[in-house]
Amino acid sequence: MTTDGSTADRFKTPEEVSARLRDVDYLADDAIASTVFLADRLRKPVLVEGPAGTGKTQLAKSVAELTGSRLIRLQCYEGLDESKALYEWNYRKQLLRIQASQVGSVEGPGWAELEEDIFDEDFLLTRPLLEAIRADEPVVLLIDEVDRVELETEALMLEVLSEYQVSIPELGTVKASQIPMVFLTSNNTRELSEALKRRCLFLHVGYPDIERERLIVETRVPGISTELADQISRIVRTIREMDLRKAPSVSETIDWARTLVVLGRKTIQEEDAVETLHVLLKYQTDIDKARAELTGQRR
Amino acid sequence: MLEILNEFIVALRASGLPISMTEHLDAATAISHIDLGEREVFKAALRATLVKSEDHFDAFDLAFEVYFADRSMPEDPHGVDGDAGGEDFDGGETPGTQGGGGAHEALSAEELAQMLEEAMRHGDPEMRNTVAREAVDRYAGIEPGRPVGGTYYLYRTLRHLELDPLAERLLEERRQGAGTSSHLEDRLAKDEIGARIDGLKKAVEAEIRRRLVADRGADALARSVRKPLPEDIDVMHATRDELATLERALRPLSRKLAVRLTRKRRHLRKGAVDFRHTVRRSLSTGGVPIDVRYKHPRPAKPEIIVVADISGSVASFARFTLHLVYAISSQFSKVRAFVFVDGIDEVTHLFDEADDPMDAVARINAEADVVWIDGHSDYGHAFKAFHERYAEEITSRTSVLILGDARNNYHASEAWVVADMQARARHVYWLNPEPESYWGSGDSIVQQYGEHCDSVVEVRTLRQLEKFVGELA
Repeated sequence: MTTDGSTADRFKTPEEVSARLRDVDYLADDAIASTVFLADRLRKPVLVEGPAGTGKTQLAKSVAELTGSRLIRLQCYEGLDESKALYEWNYRKQLLRIQASQVGSVEGPGWAELEEDIFDEDFLLTRPLLEAIRADEPVVLLIDEVDRVELETEALMLEVLSEYQVSIPELGTVKASQIPMVFLTSNNTRELSEALKRRCLFLHVGYPDIERERLIVETRVPGISTELADQISRIVRTIREMDLRKAPSVSETIDWARTLVVLGRKTIQEEDAVETLHVLLKYQTDIDKARAELTGQRR
Repeated sequence: MLEILNEFIVALRASGLPISMTEHLDAATAISHIDLGEREVFKAALRATLVKSEDHFDAFDLAFEVYFADRSMPEDPHGVDGDAGGEDFDGGETPGTQGGGGAHEALSAEELAQMLEEAMRHGDPEMRNTVAREAVDRYAGIEPGRPVGGTYYLYRTLRHLELDPLAERLLEERRQGAGTSSHLEDRLAKDEIGARIDGLKKAVEAEIRRRLVADRGADALARSVRKPLPEDIDVMHATRDELATLERALRPLSRKLAVRLTRKRRHLRKGAVDFRHTVRRSLSTGGVPIDVRYKHPRPAKPEIIVVADISGSVASFARFTLHLVYAISSQFSKVRAFVFVDGIDEVTHLFDEADDPMDAVARINAEADVVWIDGHSDYGHAFKAFHERYAEEITSRTSVLILGDARNNYHASEAWVVADMQARARHVYWLNPEPESYWGSGDSIVQQYGEHCDSVVEVRTLRQLEKFVGELA
């Protein structure tokens, strides 16, 4: 970790990213490690896209952990606006200030003086984006599920994402003292604007290959045998090959592995697999289909 | 390096990827930070900076293989690559070598087959790549200078390798070895072997591509292997692979479309003033109604009647349209579907019964009663039958979509039915999967019908279809 976050690089090589992520139990593939590395070098935000439950949000958390940064999270939702994302004037406090200035004196302060007074940082409520910019210590900013906000709201973030600054008309421009690492996640429910995409590095986190999945299961589920982890990842691969409404995600795979460990299984028999399928799959039609395929029994 | 990057980006743009100047600069900066020897890292760097949509990954991967395969060739552990390449050219100069050109090869056909079996049995990637290289030497018979994309060479090589019997054999071997034969294990073994064989196919393909690049240069090859992006595939002329790609692309597309339309609907600010809400809000401003609140508008959702030609010539197009309309049917108050060839039948119930629109579409072909005489398109008769049985159901809230190329085999057009529809319905749209320049040529009588439609739209690709459906809802 570096003390002077504004100029020094956080990582030396993509391998270092990969190794340090592994230390905090996040197994990155080449694409993830290189993109995080580049995000740091190019000082650009990363737009992480992919199916639900593949560790998009976890990536930001893990990066925060390994760099010893504070994680600032902005959860997006429909109707998110400036006052929730950037900043807001604390008008109740401003009102009190105006009233207080009149108490006890016949002649209050002049308007100009008062105006200067109430549009001061003391009256500013910082919201996640501004907070990340103003922070002195290293931070990681996570803008979660950015595809949920309206297209117009995206524009709010553009200044932060490209210049790392926020313009407040009454105060002037707040520039970042250190460049935060920024992760945006998206479940791809709509096309994000070109302007946003252009400012970001794009990272698609898909389902891991069989080897990586096995390692993830082994890392995340304490006390699991290599043999069981191997079997789990192979079954999951087979299930993902099927034509299902919702393929099992990595987090569901981990849940399943935990279930099997709790049940005290050393290897998976056909019955075990079939009985615990509901942990892995969330639709009844999918469960039926997978059961039929795995056991070879047609309904 | 920047020169090559530039060429690479030109090729990407040519296959339809939107790459801006900024992204080009980013890529250039990015590669100055990384070790160019690390191929995967290099690829990830380019992809992160240049490609901003998962749908475009295939196009990127293909172009990347073409432009950067030969230059960053992995160090060859056996050191035979150079020789092998040379021999390949010798063999190639005389087209039609029947594997006899392999006389001075290091491996005989049997040895190669054996090595292949070993590689597949143990899933050893190193060995697999060697096998791929040898196999291409031996069987592909690449002819220098021929402007092809390599698919032909791929099939030629794979045919000789006889992968299907090999897979069977390995599977059988597993069964014997394992003793127990639960279906689950069997299935897992099968998928494992399947994955290894796919790996081999990819390795062979990559090898062939590498040779082709060496032969003709990246630019020329990029042109012949270029594929359209999923949203630009012409539905009428799609190959089977392309149709599969389309089907995969359709599901997220319809989901996105539905989300967008719901939002559009919710955010139209045309509703009446919500008096109660406004008063409640005014409490925080001392009773002065500063912040006026509106009721959420409830725009009438249109009813949709889809009348689709499902004769052979336009069947795939009708499938996609029906699928999309049904996938977003929550955006319409009612959707009814009719299909015809020369007779007409309602298929709405098929969609209601099936969980998945794709199943329903599959059942339409089997169950719908659409043939009247000979199973050749007869728009006139189908429309007349529609008029007799269903015309009453078209109301002023209905939008009618007619899908078809209007190639009527010189039957009577009965265009008055369409005119009647237009009189009853809110809108009548005709979606034609043929390019506009073909309309009216031969037996196409789309103009006759078009006179009575609100508009006739050319819909050949998913992009056009999405646009149309988005405007409709």
